[in-house]
Amino acid sequence: MDIKDIIKPENIVYQKTKLFTEKPLSYCPGCGHGTAHRMLLEVLEEMNIQDKTVGIAPVGCSVLAYEFLDIDMQQAAHGRAPAVATAVKRLMPDKFVFTYQGDGDLAAIGTAETIHACNRGENFTMIFINNGIYGMTGGQMAPTTLPGMRASTCPFGRDTEIMGNPLKITELLAQLPGVYYVTRQAVHTPNAVRKTKKALRNAFEYQKLKKGISFVEIVSNCNSGWKMTPNQSNKWMEDNMFPFYPLGDIKVPQLEKV
Amino acid sequence: MGELKLMKGNEAVAEAAIRAGADGYFGYPITPQSEIMEYLMTEKPYETTGMVVLQAESEVAAINMVYGGASCGRMVMTSSSSPGISLKMEGISYLAGSELPAVIVNVVRGGPGLGTIQPSQSDYFQATKGGGHGDYRMYVLAPASVQEMSDFVKIGFEMAFKYRNPVMILSDGAIGQMMEKVVLFDPIPRRTPEEIEKQCPWATVGKPESRKRNIITSLLLDSHEQEQHVFKLRDKYERMQKEDVKFEKIQCDDAEYLFVAYGSSARICQKAVDIARAQGIKVGLFRPITLFPFPSVELKKLSSQIKGILSVEMSLGQMIEDIKLAVECRVPVNHFGRTGGVIHSPGEVFEALKSTYLGG
Amino acid sequence: MAKVKGAIVVDIEKCKGCSVCIPACNQNVILLAKEVNGKGYQYAYMENPEACTGCVNCAIVCPDGVITVYRTKVEA
Repeated sequence: MDIKDIIKPENIVYQKTKLFTEKPLSYCPGCGHGTAHRMLLEVLEEMNIQDKTVGIAPVGCSVLAYEFLDIDMQQAAHGRAPAVATAVKRLMPDKFVFTYQGDGDLAAIGTAETIHACNRGENFTMIFINNGIYGMTGGQMAPTTLPGMRASTCPFGRDTEIMGNPLKITELLAQLPGVYYVTRQAVHTPNAVRKTKKALRNAFEYQKLKKGISFVEIVSNCNSGWKMTPNQSNKWMEDNMFPFYPLGDIKVPQLEKV
Repeated sequence: MGELKLMKGNEAVAEAAIRAGADGYFGYPITPQSEIMEYLMTEKPYETTGMVVLQAESEVAAINMVYGGASCGRMVMTSSSSPGISLKMEGISYLAGSELPAVIVNVVRGGPGLGTIQPSQSDYFQATKGGGHGDYRMYVLAPASVQEMSDFVKIGFEMAFKYRNPVMILSDGAIGQMMEKVVLFDPIPRRTPEEIEKQCPWATVGKPESRKRNIITSLLLDSHEQEQHVFKLRDKYERMQKEDVKFEKIQCDDAEYLFVAYGSSARICQKAVDIARAQGIKVGLFRPITLFPFPSVELKKLSSQIKGILSVEMSLGQMIEDIKLAVECRVPVNHFGRTGGVIHSPGEVFEALKSTYLGG
Repeated sequence: MAKVKGAIVVDIEKCKGCSVCIPACNQNVILLAKEVNGKGYQYAYMENPEACTGCVNCAIVCPDGVITVYRTKVEA
């Protein structure tokens, strides 16, 4: 059979969602942000809620997320996305609201906003991309940088005696009564991506119930910051990040399936 | 005529917010303005008008909640006092850069640092010259009575939406805490979501197929785009100067000397004018009501008949710089004022005028 | 017996040549081209098109969403 006979519109089984804008992604080759964006958009498309969704972009590599997602978006000051989203959701309780933040944004400068939005039980979805590094500013140490892991501000590896320990913010947030659903996923293999999409779908479905924060961490690579090729970085992530940040559900609501 | 009530200045702000049809208030406790949120939480407008009232975890969170609400085209506000306003400055810069309407009330206390909880006017620079980073201004209203604490909330929202710019009500601990009678304006219903979308087509409320997506951001990585954006902001500030300067002149027609003062100091100066007039000294009071835009044109006009100006402020002298710029060296301008939370008396002000311009 | 045949189309100018799709493909269909695109990236292409089953794994992991997948059934 000739390839031309396969490549026909009626034979399409997968293509980029229409909820992406035409703009090429600004992320480095192999960066997980693009896949995370795509899964998010696929969920919004499948739920048919593009017209009811407001997203909050952070400061970090995904500061320009609004350039790529064809939905109404706000760009928040560094770390403040949960406070911004709090007001958006409270003023428009029937819209779908999400924040999209990196580790520096969510777990360092924005720790207070993160914890308090979670503790108040705000009814929005938080998407947390954890790659253990400040990517946009050039690879500095993040709150989630592993012990011994190198970054430009810990060039000899994170020394926990001097620099403190990495923060497992997700486990911490899972303790709070205002947090309804917590899961940790990845986007580096087809299976991981499928699970992430399911988790994001759960998060947005749970948002409808208005029972608190639905929180999806995505452990991701930063091949530029880690100074590896994309596939090397994904392997390194499996060998080093996953033991410290194990994948899987952390807090699952005890209720009938949604 | 509206309802007459005896209220604290801070309470008047809160009541006015409900009556103005505000959609949300986000605050954090700090003396001397905590009554604003206390009043709102007691009145529970979320059960009547549907206005959201939320105590945030910090001033930083509160101003960013305002950012989120304003981005949805909602009428939202916050309030604080000097140290808290410093924390809000990042958010205010983002509001200005993203062209968002919001009302921010500063019930000023003495500083710098933690300072004192007593009234002061030492945040003039911060309010009128930007305060946060970048090329921007706020529209700044300076109430001198509890009545104006109420009225300026309504005017503040009007200006905020007219210009898509943050508005500051620069009050002080004296106005915030004092009780006076106030005529409350009749309640205005909150806008419906449909009205909001019509009035604010830029609001992020969910993108229907019929329009492009709305984005609220202050990020313009291309320097030339950023420059054009700042020029656009400048044009707004110039329009404020042309269209919405507010001031009050008291006994200025025959005045040879002028007090220039706003807020609490203006009230004290009014008494000092009476003392001076009783002694045959022709003194007037010029009260800027908008501190930005500053009433420079009117003040310059007045200066042709004046022998000397005394800028009376509860600070080391901040507004005096705007007065000097306005009068362009046509007339001597000096400063008098107590600071650090100390309030000058009318007698002190009068003596200062005498010693400065009348040879003691 | 019906057999599944697949094919992919790569949006060459948006491909950044990250190679994440290569190990994702169990059929070893994909490699990077020797040539580069307008941005200077070697782009993904089907080196062994006849092996493609249209399983979509490559497209799912592609960070830039540049892969469109086609699949059809053919009678053996």
